[in-house]
Amino acid sequence: MSAGGPLNTFPKLLRRNASQFGSHAAIRHKDLGIWQTWTWAQVLEIVRAYAAGLQRLGLKQGDTIAIVGSNRPKLYWTVMAAQMVRAIPVPVYSDAVADELSYVLGHADVKFVAAQDQEQVDKVLSVQERVPHLQKIIYDEHRGMRDYDHARLVKIDDVIADGRAALAGDSSLAAKLDALIDAGEGADTSIILYTSGTTGASKGVMLSAERCIEAATDTAKFDKLTENDVALAYLPLAWVGDHYLNYAQGIVAGFCMACPEGPQTVEQDLREIGPTFYFAPPRVFETMLTRLMIRMEDAAAVKRSMFHYFLAIARRHGEAILTGKPVPLSGRLLYAIGSLLVYEPLKNVLGLSRVRVAYTAGEAIGPDLFVFFRSIGLNLKQLYGQTEAFLYVTCQPDGEIFADTVGPPAPHVDIRIAESGEVQFKSPGMFVQYFRDEAKTAETLTPDGYVKTGDAGFFDEKTGHLKIIDRAKDVGRLKDGTMFAPKYLENRLKFYPNIKEAVTFGDGRDFVSAMINIDPTAVSNWAERNNVAYGSYQELASHPQVYEMVARDIAEMNASLAQEKVMAGAQVRRFLILHKELDADDGELTRTLKVRRGFVADRYAALLSAFYNGSKEADISTEVTFEDGRKGRMSARLKIHDLPTTQVASGLEKAA
Amino acid sequence: MRSPDVQEVLLSVEGVSLAFGGVKALTGVSFDVRKGEIRAIIGPNGAGKTSMLNVINGFYHPNQGSITFKGQTRARMRPFEASRGGIARTFQNVALFKGMSALDNIMAGRTLKMRYGLFWQALRFGPAQREEVEHRHRVEEIIDFLEIQAIRKVPVARLPYGLQKRVELGRALAMEPDLLLLDEPMAGMNLEEKEDMSRFIIEVNDHYGTTIALIEHDMGVVMDLSNRVVVLDHGVKIADGTPDQVKRDQAVIDAYLGVAH
Repeated sequence: MSAGGPLNTFPKLLRRNASQFGSHAAIRHKDLGIWQTWTWAQVLEIVRAYAAGLQRLGLKQGDTIAIVGSNRPKLYWTVMAAQMVRAIPVPVYSDAVADELSYVLGHADVKFVAAQDQEQVDKVLSVQERVPHLQKIIYDEHRGMRDYDHARLVKIDDVIADGRAALAGDSSLAAKLDALIDAGEGADTSIILYTSGTTGASKGVMLSAERCIEAATDTAKFDKLTENDVALAYLPLAWVGDHYLNYAQGIVAGFCMACPEGPQTVEQDLREIGPTFYFAPPRVFETMLTRLMIRMEDAAAVKRSMFHYFLAIARRHGEAILTGKPVPLSGRLLYAIGSLLVYEPLKNVLGLSRVRVAYTAGEAIGPDLFVFFRSIGLNLKQLYGQTEAFLYVTCQPDGEIFADTVGPPAPHVDIRIAESGEVQFKSPGMFVQYFRDEAKTAETLTPDGYVKTGDAGFFDEKTGHLKIIDRAKDVGRLKDGTMFAPKYLENRLKFYPNIKEAVTFGDGRDFVSAMINIDPTAVSNWAERNNVAYGSYQELASHPQVYEMVARDIAEMNASLAQEKVMAGAQVRRFLILHKELDADDGELTRTLKVRRGFVADRYAALLSAFYNGSKEADISTEVTFEDGRKGRMSARLKIHDLPTTQVASGLEKAA
Repeated sequence: MRSPDVQEVLLSVEGVSLAFGGVKALTGVSFDVRKGEIRAIIGPNGAGKTSMLNVINGFYHPNQGSITFKGQTRARMRPFEASRGGIARTFQNVALFKGMSALDNIMAGRTLKMRYGLFWQALRFGPAQREEVEHRHRVEEIIDFLEIQAIRKVPVARLPYGLQKRVELGRALAMEPDLLLLDEPMAGMNLEEKEDMSRFIIEVNDHYGTTIALIEHDMGVVMDLSNRVVVLDHGVKIADGTPDQVKRDQAVIDAYLGVAH
């Protein structure tokens, strides 16, 4: 290791990894059907050449360079190379439409863009007028770009080759590069991550190198991650989760990051790689379980009964065995047989056999879902975090796992609950400021240096763990003063397999109403089994039997809400099933697939007013955006379904 | 509109007539396909388009006329000779090996390129194994090109129609043909699948420089894709030219597109 003080920047850590774990796999990528591997030593060599090449193209300290694309080694190397020349990488969501892209590129004032392929290059070219200082677009995949004007386009391979030749030709260049790495400071801006824009325009969250590394070091230690671990880097490159869990922790702990062949092959790649550290949003676990259950229904009767028998065993003993609590011998024995016959084969099919630590976050996870995965022996835990914290605020330690909490504060994180009920924190990885937005920075940081999360929550008295209810500003009241926490209701609704997405309304209204998206996988499977014919999503969604099915689900939730004093008044009285799936391309969801409730309310204002003026039906016509950016209109007449509400517990007492 | 830069003729069809008993499928049809172009053959149902393709790749033998491919004129040829000579095709109704994976189907397209016979391949040893690796590499390039990595190991019978068509195109490409015959590559597809397929056809033409002759019903697709169009009606050629010329041709409008409004 060369001199240069503390390891407070990623390039310094990269150099350390190359000397300490030189022959260990650093990054893998499936290309032309075969997993290619690069060791830490190779990665360092490539990144150095790349950095030299970028310098020769004119990238300087403090410049911003945007990165658009999916998880490809060359794009991760772009991040590393930019950090090596002390420039600032700015990853952008690869599925961002041109408008979103131009906002980020313009706001970050990028000089360079690294794009994965023709699709991304096209998008960048279409907005280049709005990015005045754009000098060069570098790209990974050449395909389809033969006829392009190559004055501003350079292939990443060529940049690396050029840098490599320059380094070989001039030995002083290598020394200069090393000096630049040594000069890197912990306070250097390591990366700017743009938030997904749940609340208005996205903000550029600036993170400093030393804070990133400190936070990642803490959590890598917390979960005992080492150079022998493997993670599948399949989350959006621009999302804090990917940058933290895979990139930062990967470099800090020296583990291997495997890039899938493509977005569609993730499931297969997961099985082939068998990661030891795994993160997925609840949605992914849900899809896994739904698919599993559907396939089990088609299995032979013997297999099916075996599956259900051992799942019951797992539910009884799995959690205790996972956390090392005492279990009767008979239970242990049965669980061992279950492992052999059901749990392990199951995990193998899902690609989770080798997972040592798995996390989920982003949305509330259904208790059944959570318990299922833990009971079959997957160490699934929850964390709570946000971009401003460089991810972790809380996380569940092994052995203290509850489905309805997000855990105690992560190592060295300080959390307090403001009087308004808002969660505020101070953490090692917390952001420095929003890029070019002092007003927003001042709004988010308290005078004494805490970050406002904007989430309402409280510490559970029994466990001391944090519980998140909803976004603080979304918590409203019905006209009669009952508390209305939309997310809380929506999450409970989404736990029903038939319901994929729900949007509830009620703030300042007489009662709560809900717009529902059915889950196409579950409902179409039901339709097939029950001989219900349909031609399209729209037709399936408006089917009377589907309405009835959903009505039963909601009635059940209402009944359980009636048991909770605070929430009993917020039962859903009226609902409808939307004729189309909510879609990020239409702006109804964020890129991380969270509902933008305000936007939905505006867009479907006609439906919303029909809820509250007593109509039985409502017409709606909306503009939809297709994947290629063209627009069309979609019209429908939707039925509104009324629901009986379950009497509030106290009301029953009075009646009795 | 796309324009071919080469004028060299790859295939020329001269005075071809084909009859099945008393039914005249083709009567004195002549046209040529230039190297590197995308050539469309259109016409109403029963116009003789598929018969024309079958004549070109040797499945049918013309009663009259001749076909010149790469400078060689012949009247009779069998399909495997055509494929050995560099003509590959896809079919109107997908003709894949249903139980085999997408990968194996495309590998099958390499059969003619393999030098070692069944015996060596069965041994999976030595030169045959090296050869297989080499072929697999080419096939993987095609899989990458057609963006079907996710279905590599899926039996094709389980794939949706649009993807089956793509696999079939992959198998034809695996032969590295000089001339690719596509029989209604977009029949039965939805808009998105059509756009994908159009893109692949253009890219095949662009990237591999493959000459393409295709039959298609979707006029929009034909007009966008092809350099030149030949129009058949009742087995007779009624027009030949650029899409624009053909679109304005009165005989074509009457026969096929209907009277313009």
